[in-house]
Amino acid sequence: MKKFSSLLHNLILTPSRNTKIKLLQDYFKILDINRAYALAILSEQLSFQFIKASKLRELVYQQVDQHLFDYSYDYVGDLAETISLIWPTNKEGKSRNLSTLIENIKKIKKSEINTEFSKVLSELSNKERWTLIKICTGGLRIGVSERLVKTALADLYNKSVNEIEEIWHGLEFPYENLFQWLKNETSKPKIDFKKLFHPMMLANPIDEEKDFKRLNASEFQAEYKWDGIRVQLMVSSKSVSLYSRTGDNISSTFPEIIENTKGDAVIDGELLVGRNFKPSSFNDLQQRLNRKKVSKDLQEKFPVFIRAYDILFYNGKDLRKMFLYERRKYLEKFEKENKTNQIDLSSIIKFKTWEELTKYKNNAHDDLNEGVMIKLKNSQYLPGRKKGYWYKWKKNPKLVDAILMYAQRGHGKRSSYYSDFTFGVWKENELVPIGKAYSGYTDKELLILDKFIRNNTTNKFGPVREVKKEIIFEVAFDDVFPSSRHKSGVAMRFPRIHRIRWDKPTNEVLSIEEFKKEFKIG
Amino acid sequence: MDFINHQLFIKDINVHIDPILPKKTAIITHGHADHARFGHDHVIATRQTIDIMKIRYGDKCAKKFTALRYGEKYSIKNYDFTLYPAGHILGSAQVLIEKNNHRLVITGDYKVGKDETCKNFKLVKCDTLITEATFGLPIFQHPDPKDEIQKLIQSVKININNCHIIGAYALGKAQRVMNLLRQQNYNKTIYIHGSLEKLCQYYSKEKINIGKFEKVSSKDKSFYVGKIIIAPPSALKDRWSRRFPNPIICMASGWMTVKQRAKQQGIELPLVISDHSDWNELLDTIKKSKAKNILITHGLEDALVYYCKKQNLVSKPLSIQGRSDEEIE
Repeated sequence: MKKFSSLLHNLILTPSRNTKIKLLQDYFKILDINRAYALAILSEQLSFQFIKASKLRELVYQQVDQHLFDYSYDYVGDLAETISLIWPTNKEGKSRNLSTLIENIKKIKKSEINTEFSKVLSELSNKERWTLIKICTGGLRIGVSERLVKTALADLYNKSVNEIEEIWHGLEFPYENLFQWLKNETSKPKIDFKKLFHPMMLANPIDEEKDFKRLNASEFQAEYKWDGIRVQLMVSSKSVSLYSRTGDNISSTFPEIIENTKGDAVIDGELLVGRNFKPSSFNDLQQRLNRKKVSKDLQEKFPVFIRAYDILFYNGKDLRKMFLYERRKYLEKFEKENKTNQIDLSSIIKFKTWEELTKYKNNAHDDLNEGVMIKLKNSQYLPGRKKGYWYKWKKNPKLVDAILMYAQRGHGKRSSYYSDFTFGVWKENELVPIGKAYSGYTDKELLILDKFIRNNTTNKFGPVREVKKEIIFEVAFDDVFPSSRHKSGVAMRFPRIHRIRWDKPTNEVLSIEEFKKEFKIG
Repeated sequence: MDFINHQLFIKDINVHIDPILPKKTAIITHGHADHARFGHDHVIATRQTIDIMKIRYGDKCAKKFTALRYGEKYSIKNYDFTLYPAGHILGSAQVLIEKNNHRLVITGDYKVGKDETCKNFKLVKCDTLITEATFGLPIFQHPDPKDEIQKLIQSVKININNCHIIGAYALGKAQRVMNLLRQQNYNKTIYIHGSLEKLCQYYSKEKINIGKFEKVSSKDKSFYVGKIIIAPPSALKDRWSRRFPNPIICMASGWMTVKQRAKQQGIELPLVISDHSDWNELLDTIKKSKAKNILITHGLEDALVYYCKKQNLVSKPLSIQGRSDEEIE
């Protein structure tokens, strides 16, 4: 555990890619079971569902004064680090095995977690405690991608990283077949590719100025960019499974898909909520996400279906090397042969020029899609975000001017900076908050805002600072809904700071009534 | 204690403690730039603080100087002033002010832990305590500086093709790091940024063991392989640091407790070495001072104010103008 903690600690502080690779290799050179655990952790294939941030807070409140913890957390901006530092014990020197530790935690019963997990945390040094919490909550954020881990392994054993990539999704903890092959003790692991999640093909945002001059409209096809979640459906006579974009198996969350699809194919599509293939808002879809089990009631209320974009395999045949327009024919064939209420096709937009497509992008289907996808007809199905094949063209965001009201310190790499902003519009002579944003500004603007906030604080509420009402943001947002949970009666989707309006006086900002009228909220 | 205001100004006799702007009479706790400024009429401080001010700002940085020994009383009308060691840096002092049997202590910046580069902190009992709170959060529990220095020494041993540049404040921290290295038997020459030279010479003259040092010069890059170099934090990102071969960037500071902060600043080897008290030391000092009235300034006050109130002590934050609320020297 000590070694693995040091590894993570060093990785986080090392800017150089080569040094990171070397650190990883030095760790993986040690031939014991711990490296399998390390690999699982670094590639985020190991996490403990029952240890969540809220649970950790509960545990730490049993150890230290709640207010003192909250002050500290606000300052540090990272839950794992705050807990690891503030925990009353710091036991250096005691050595523990990473693998034993994890196996012991797996054995903890849910009912005993408060006492048992606290006991484990008390037995560790600060550094190890930080590591353990990061492992448990997932999302290490140490600047090491899965790809970098694979690269380190490949280089260490003179293999090509693509070879590892190919079999990666078919490997399972403790990866014995992988390590044996790397050491040339056995041949490359045989993987049943049909059961494998295939990394998805992703699009790059289009650069309106450059790309449209360069690209020939007739070589591309366009589809709507539906606002659901991207999924991969694997269907065969033996089994059906559904994967998220990151390769997580989400079959149990959407049983109606699993039960009702037929045929033999791998389909790429968008999961949407709706009846008779009429999608409803993302808000509705959110009711269905992240559930392990789904009641019949919920299935009735928020039925889901897949709008298919693409097909990767058809009756055992690998179509990925074919061009998109050829795959489309297979997709249509599959859909026709296996009619269900759970799959329809993403329709293709007919257009001749980019100007013509603009209209489709901006108004079609109002809030149910985020814009259009532009795909090269002659594109193979290539995993990852390769340049030059698929583009996404998002609708222009909605814009509104609002006044900065409150600020809070950010988290992660922006901890210590006042980078979380609450902004509002007028309600008579007062301001009422309409949203909160953490992004969109440049690093330089952040420094200016941070300084302004420190020098113009009029009031403090715990970690929140109220500031002089002087700064106006032009806020961009994807959508706005009525909301009974907010004082203003509105909730924005994905608000971000578009720019700072240094030029505008605060009395020109809209009132909440005007705001609702402009964005058609009843 | 009504005689002093939130700017540490005693109106009655026109005396300021650590004023930011030029004043008639200024009592200076120590030589750091956020406490010691240029241009006062009369500076009252320890001899070493006065020496340091003269090194930094020139002999004429004040019209008149009065050097006080630790424990020596100095009176202005019915106010008695006494300086006590603060253990922060060479020459640093706490200020005891006595008036009509009321004892008020301004700690200035202080640390309780041992430090061979200055006189160790002396606890002074009082009725009112004005304490600093640079590390006023329970997450700050400084480790033994010897262990931190060992990390550096180990890294120098392992990374034979690199050099180590340590960011450390020019006054106090730099010399403390040098002294800690000597305590751990690192006897090689330590290379320093030019801005540290005069202060290092002064520390040597004052018989502080910082060992052999040499100013970085435009030698061949390869010369610095395996060497330890100390520079002010501002120089780490400057072009200045590009002259070195494969530098490993280190920083000696209490802020290095928080990994995210180290990462933000591009520090590869954080060394948690602080010249301020940590949370437990702050609490301990408050308790042992027996003061019933605690004013908190200079740092992260909120948690400390909350803690004092819970202990039934009268407590409030004291915001001193011109000081930012964190990351100060």
